Amino acid sequence: MSEISLRELRHSYLETPQTDADWALKKMSVDWSEGGAYALLGPSGCGKTTLLNIISGLLTPTEGEVWFGDRNVTDIPPDQRNIAQVFQFPVVYDTMTVYENLCFPLRNRGIPAADVDRKVREIATMLDLDEMLPRRASGLTADGKQKISLGRGLVRSDVNVIMFDEPLTVIDPHLKWVLRSKLKELHQRIGTTMIYVTHDQTEALTFADQVVVMHEGTVVQIGTPVDLFERPRHTFVGHFIGSPGMNVLPCEIENGTPFFAGRPVPVGHSIAYRDGTERLEIGVRPEFISFAADGIPVEIVKVSDAGRYSIVDARHGAHVIKLLVPEGESLPADGAHIHFDPGHTQVYADGWMVN
Amino acid sequence: MATKTQNPKAWLFVLPVVALVAFNALIPLMTVVNYSVQETFGDNVFFWEGVKWFEQVLHSERFHASLLRQLMFTSIILTIEVPLGVAIALSMPKKGVGVSVCLVLMALPLLIPWNVVGAMWNIFALPDIGLLGRMINGLGIDYNFTQQPGAAWFTTVMMDVWHWTSLVVLLAYAGLRSIPDAYYQAAKIDGATPWAVFRFIQLPKMKRVLTIAILLRFMDSFMIYTEPFVLTGGGPGNTTTFLSIDLVKIALGQFDLGPAAAMSLIYFLIVLLLCWIFYTLMMRHEAQ
Repeated sequence: MSEISLRELRHSYLETPQTDADWALKKMSVDWSEGGAYALLGPSGCGKTTLLNIISGLLTPTEGEVWFGDRNVTDIPPDQRNIAQVFQFPVVYDTMTVYENLCFPLRNRGIPAADVDRKVREIATMLDLDEMLPRRASGLTADGKQKISLGRGLVRSDVNVIMFDEPLTVIDPHLKWVLRSKLKELHQRIGTTMIYVTHDQTEALTFADQVVVMHEGTVVQIGTPVDLFERPRHTFVGHFIGSPGMNVLPCEIENGTPFFAGRPVPVGHSIAYRDGTERLEIGVRPEFISFAADGIPVEIVKVSDAGRYSIVDARHGAHVIKLLVPEGESLPADGAHIHFDPGHTQVYADGWMVN
Repeated sequence: MATKTQNPKAWLFVLPVVALVAFNALIPLMTVVNYSVQETFGDNVFFWEGVKWFEQVLHSERFHASLLRQLMFTSIILTIEVPLGVAIALSMPKKGVGVSVCLVLMALPLLIPWNVVGAMWNIFALPDIGLLGRMINGLGIDYNFTQQPGAAWFTTVMMDVWHWTSLVVLLAYAGLRSIPDAYYQAAKIDGATPWAVFRFIQLPKMKRVLTIAILLRFMDSFMIYTEPFVLTGGGPGNTTTFLSIDLVKIALGQFDLGPAAAMSLIYFLIVLLLCWIFYTLMMRHEAQ
C-alpha cells in the first residue's frame, strides 16, 4: 500500500487537443492518502471514469505523472500496478464456476493454492456467495454477477488501491444498501485505499471519509461530507450536493460587504474588493435561511412538504430563494422577510468561493 | 397455466407457406422417392422394385469410397478453416479505416460465383501456365493436379479454404466485436495472459457464432459440387469424386435413375442425421 499522487495531470482523448473543451481532464494535482475511503462524485461525463482509468493504468495520461508512493507508474500496465478495479456492469468469466472466477486474479499471480482457497472462501462468506461457489457463473442474476465482480476486486489482500466504478448501478435498491455497508465495513477491517466513483450523493456521502467532487474535467473540491455541505468551494458543489441545492444569487460588493438587491448581506468575514469584471454571487443553503422580522422582503410562491420539514419557494423580484422550515413551524402571513445565517453565507467570484 | 387461445382461422395464414414448401420441397422430394423404389427403361414405364436400390447403394463399394472421400474432405476443411478464420478475426483491426478495408477484402471471395471459383483455380493451378502451378514447380516440387491425386486434393482443399474461410472470419469477427471493453479491462487488472483472455473471454463469447459457422461450413462442404466439378471433374480417376459428383455421374452420366434416387435419399438422411447430432451436442453443451 502507498499514497497515490497525480502530478500535473491532464488528459484528452483527441490526438491534438486545441481548445479547453478538448480536454477530458483539465490540469490537476491530487493526492490520495494511504488507507483513505474516497468517493469520486460528479455528474455523468465529468471525467470520473477517465480519472479512474488513469489511476488503474487502463489509460495513459496525455500529460503529467501518476505516482504510487515513491514509484512513478505512469507508463506501467495495470497488471503490474497491483490495483483492483470493479466496473459498472458485471464482468464474469462465463465458462468458470463462481469459485474459479474468484480464484482467477490470485491464480494468475501464482499464489499458492492453499492461500487462494482460504482467501476465496473468506470473501465468498463476506458477500454471501458460499452456496453459489460450485455453480457456473453464467447462470447467475445481475446481482450475483456483480457480487462476483466485487469479489474479484476484493480477493487480493496486498493491493495499493481498490477502485469501484459505479459498481451498484445494476443492483436492487435494498441490496445496494447492504453491499455499501459491507464495503465500508471491509474498508475499516483491511484499511486499503478505496476510491468509489458515483454520481449519487447519498452513496458518496455514506461511503467516504473524503469526497472528491468533479465538474467538467476539474476537481472542484476535496473534503469531508461536512465541508462540502457547510463550505462548498464552488457553486457547482453547492448545487450538486444537498437537496434542494444551495441558493446562488447575484451580488455586488461595497466596502467589503456584499449587497443583494440593494440590501447588505452580512457574512462571517469581510470580503476584499474584487475587480468588477468578475461574476459575483452569494451562496447560502436553504438550511441556513430563516424567516425573520426584517431582512429581505419576499413573497411565498410554493410550499412543498418533505416530511420533517417543508421546502418553501420565496420570491424576491426575479429571484426565487428556497428555504427549509421545520415541521410544525407556522409560515408568516403577508410581508414576510428572510434572513441569511452569516456564518454559512459565502461569496463566490466566477463560481469559486472567495475567502 | 394460462389457456391458449384457439383460432382455427390461423391455419388460413399458414396456407401460403405450406403451398410454397410443397411446391419447392415436398413434391420434388416425393418424385425422388418415387424413382427410388422403381425401375424404368424409358417411355414412362415403371416396375416396382421395393428397397432393392437402397440395398444396392448401401452395399456398393463405390458409394462407400465417395462417402469416405466426402467425410475426409469435410473434416480437413473444417480443421483448417475454423482455426484459421478465428485467427484472422483476432488479428483484424478493431477500429479505423482498416476495419472496412478488411471486411471488404474478406467478403470478396464470398461474392464470386462458385463455378467461377472453380475455373479461376483451375487456371491458377495449371502446371504449365498457372501462377500457382508454375511457382510450385519452380520450387522443384513436381506438381500437376490433373494427374496426381495428392496435388488434386491439395488444390481442392486450398480452393475451398480460399473461398470459405472468410465466412468463418466474418462470423467470428462479429462475435468478437460484441464483447464489451470492460471484459478486456477486467482481464488486464486480473493479470490474465493473452491466452487466458482468448480461452476465458473471446472463445466463450464466440461460441454461438462459431457453432453456426461450423454448421454452415459442414453442410456446405458436405454437399460441395460445382467447384471441384469445374476444377478436377472428380479426377484424376475417382480421387476427388465426392458424393454429389458421384451422384450426378450415376443419375445423368449412366442414367440409372433408381439407384441415383436411392442414393440421394441416403445422402439427404446422412446430412440430416449429422446436422442433428452436431446441433444436439452443441446445445447440450450450451445448457450445462
